Amino acid sequence: MPRTVLEPRCQIEHLSILDADGNLDVALEPALTAEDLRRLYRAMLLGRRLDERMVRLQRQGRIGTFAPIKGQEAAQMGSVFTLRPTDWMVPSFRETAAMIWRGWSIEKMLLFFSGRLEGGQPEPEQRDLPVAIPVATQMPHAVGLAYAAQYRGDDAVVMAYCGDGATSEGDFHEAMNFAGVWSVPLVFVVQNNQWAISVPLKKQTHSATIAQKAVAYGMPGIQVDGNDVLAVYAASREAVERARAGDGPTLIEAVTYRLGVHTTADDPTKYRSEEEVKAWERKDPLTRFTGYLEKRNIAVAGVEAEVDAEIAAAVERFEAMGPADPLGMFDHAYGAPPAALEAQRAEVAERARDQQAPPAPPPDDSPLPMRGQRTTRRP
Amino acid sequence: MVKALNLALQQEMERDPDVLVLGEDVGVDGGVFRVTDDLQRQFGSRRVIDSPLAEAAIVGSAVGMSLYGLKPVCEIQFSGFAFQCFHQIENHAARYRQRSQGRFHCQMVVRMPYGGGVRALEHHSESEEQFYAHIPGLKMVIPSGPRTARALLAAAIRDPDPVIFFEAKALYHAAKEEVPDEPEIMPLGKARVDREGGGLTIVAYGAMLRVAREAAETLATEDGVETEIVDLLTVSPLDRDTLAASVGKTGRAVVVHEAPRSFGPGAEIAASIMEGAFLSLEAPVQRVAAYDVPFPGFAREKASVPDAARVVAAARAALAY
Repeated sequence: MPRTVLEPRCQIEHLSILDADGNLDVALEPALTAEDLRRLYRAMLLGRRLDERMVRLQRQGRIGTFAPIKGQEAAQMGSVFTLRPTDWMVPSFRETAAMIWRGWSIEKMLLFFSGRLEGGQPEPEQRDLPVAIPVATQMPHAVGLAYAAQYRGDDAVVMAYCGDGATSEGDFHEAMNFAGVWSVPLVFVVQNNQWAISVPLKKQTHSATIAQKAVAYGMPGIQVDGNDVLAVYAASREAVERARAGDGPTLIEAVTYRLGVHTTADDPTKYRSEEEVKAWERKDPLTRFTGYLEKRNIAVAGVEAEVDAEIAAAVERFEAMGPADPLGMFDHAYGAPPAALEAQRAEVAERARDQQAPPAPPPDDSPLPMRGQRTTRRP
Repeated sequence: MVKALNLALQQEMERDPDVLVLGEDVGVDGGVFRVTDDLQRQFGSRRVIDSPLAEAAIVGSAVGMSLYGLKPVCEIQFSGFAFQCFHQIENHAARYRQRSQGRFHCQMVVRMPYGGGVRALEHHSESEEQFYAHIPGLKMVIPSGPRTARALLAAAIRDPDPVIFFEAKALYHAAKEEVPDEPEIMPLGKARVDREGGGLTIVAYGAMLRVAREAAETLATEDGVETEIVDLLTVSPLDRDTLAASVGKTGRAVVVHEAPRSFGPGAEIAASIMEGAFLSLEAPVQRVAAYDVPFPGFAREKASVPDAARVVAAARAALAY
C-alpha cells in the first residue's frame, strides 16, 4: 500500500501587527478605542514600574524573592485585556501586570512576595486563582474550571498562563489533551520568554514552535509577536470568542523575552550574552506601543507620574502593616480544624502570651514537681 | 463492598447535582472493579466522565472543578499509580484553602483501591496511606466493610476538605454485610470500637480489621483474653481520644497495618497512645506491619502482609511483657 499524507498538515500562523520599527499592518489593526488603548498602556506601564520597584525592594531586603516580568508586559496585557470580569484567570508566578489588571491589589502582590499568606486571597468576586509555583501544575486546574463553567451552563472563559519551560512538563500536555477531548472554553497562553532560568528554548524543545503543539491535541495554535500588544490582543480576542462560542480551546504562543532576571535570586550573566539582551531591548513592548500611541495622537503624558504615585502609596500601606500573626497559619488549613490542630494552635498562642508576659520570678529551692504516680497494675 | 460504594455514589449524585465522577474506565465500563457500575447510564456522560488516561489531569482537573464549586469524585484505578497525581494532591488539593485564605477550597474525593490479597502484579497491591496521612489539609479515610464504606464515602463527598478514600481490594467482593436503604453517614475523624474487651487493644483499619477479628477470636479461645478492637476508619485526622480511652482501659496495644512498618501509620498511632495513655501502658506498643521492602509480588505477599498469627504473637508478647 502506498504511503499517504494524513490531515492535518501542520500549518502554524505567526501574527505580527506592529513591528519593532513601528510599522503597522493597518488591515490587521484591532478596533480598540482611544480609551482602551490608554488603559492598556497604563496597565503595561504600571507593570513595568512596579516591577522595577519590586526588584529594588527585594535588593533592600524589604520583600522576598521576586520573579520580574520586565519585557513581557504586552504578552500579559494583550491577552488578559480580552477577558470579562466573569471569566477566569489562572496565573503561574510571573504575571504581575495581568494579575493587577484582574483586581489583585499591589499590596497583595507585595504581601505574596513577602511570604505572607494574605497575598494569595482574591477579592470575593474575583474569578482568579492565586499564584501557582510548581511549573505547569496549574494548567489542569484551568481545564477543570472550564469544564465546570460548561457543566453549569455559564458562558465564562478561562485563560491560563505558563512559560516555555512549562511546555516540557507532563501537566502541560495532560491539560492540553484533556482540554481538547472535553472541548472546554479555555485559552492557553504560553509566554515564550526564551529562557527557563538558564535553559534556552532550543534545549527545551525540538519543535520549531510551541504553537504547533496544539496540532497534536486537536486545537488551533497560533504564534504571535508577544512584544506586540496589538497582535497579542487580536489573537487572544479571537481565541476567547471561539471559546465563548463553544468551539473549544486554543493555544497561543506569545514570543517575548525576559529582559530581567528569572528571580531576584538569579544571575543571568552566567548563561546569556549582553548582546542578546540588547537586541531584545530594541524590541521593548512599551517603547513600541508608546510610538503607536503617539502616531494616533493618544496623550499619555502624566500616566507615569500617576502609576508611580499609585505604587508609592501601595508600598507605604504595605509597609505600615504589622508583622504576620503566627496564629494565622492555622486559620485555613481545614474547613473545621481537627482537635489535634486546635491543640497546636493553643500551644502557639500560649507561647506568644509567654513572650509578652513579664519574666518569671527566679525558681525557689523546692524539688521539681512530680508528674504523678504510675497508676499501672504492675508491681 | 463494591455495591455499598456504588450505592453511596448513586445516592450522593441524586442528592446533589454538583457531585460528579471522573476517572479511567468509570463510565461505560463502570470501573475496573465495578464501583461506578451503571452510574453513567443513570446520570449521563457529562457527570460520569470516562477521562483520558492521565492521573495528574484527572486529579488536577478535579481540583479546578472543585474551585468552581463542583464536588468531583475521582477514581484512580490503583493506588500504586497515584504517584502520577501525588503532586496535584499535595501541592494543590491540600493547599488551595490556605493559599487563597479561605476564598477557595477543594471539596473533592480521590478514591483508590489499595492493598494486597488479589494476586495482582507490581503496583496493584501496595498500601501507601502513610503518604497521604502525613499531608496537612487532607483527610485520609479507609473503611473496613460495606456499611462503613458506604457511610464514609457519603461523608467524604459532603466534607468541605479534600479526602483520600482508600478501598481495600481484598474487601471489594469478599466483604458482605447488610446496608440500610436510606442514606447513612458516619463522621470522618471518628474511630469505632468494633469489639469490646479489657485485656488488650488491637488497632486496625481497612482489610486488617478482619485479621484483627480473627486474632481476637484466637486470643479469647486460647488465651482467655478479651480483646478490644479499634477500627480507625479515618487514619487522618487520627481519633486520638478513642485510642487513649481504649488503651487507658486495657494497658496494652497492638497496631496492625499493611503499609511497611517504618514511618508507617503505626508509628503515629503508637506515639499518640503514648501521649494519651502513657501512665496506663503495661507494655510497649507492638506494631504488626508489612516488612520494609517494596511490595514483594503476590507469590510472597502472604509472608509480608500481616496475618492473624503474627497479630496473636505480638499480642502475646505485649501480654507477657
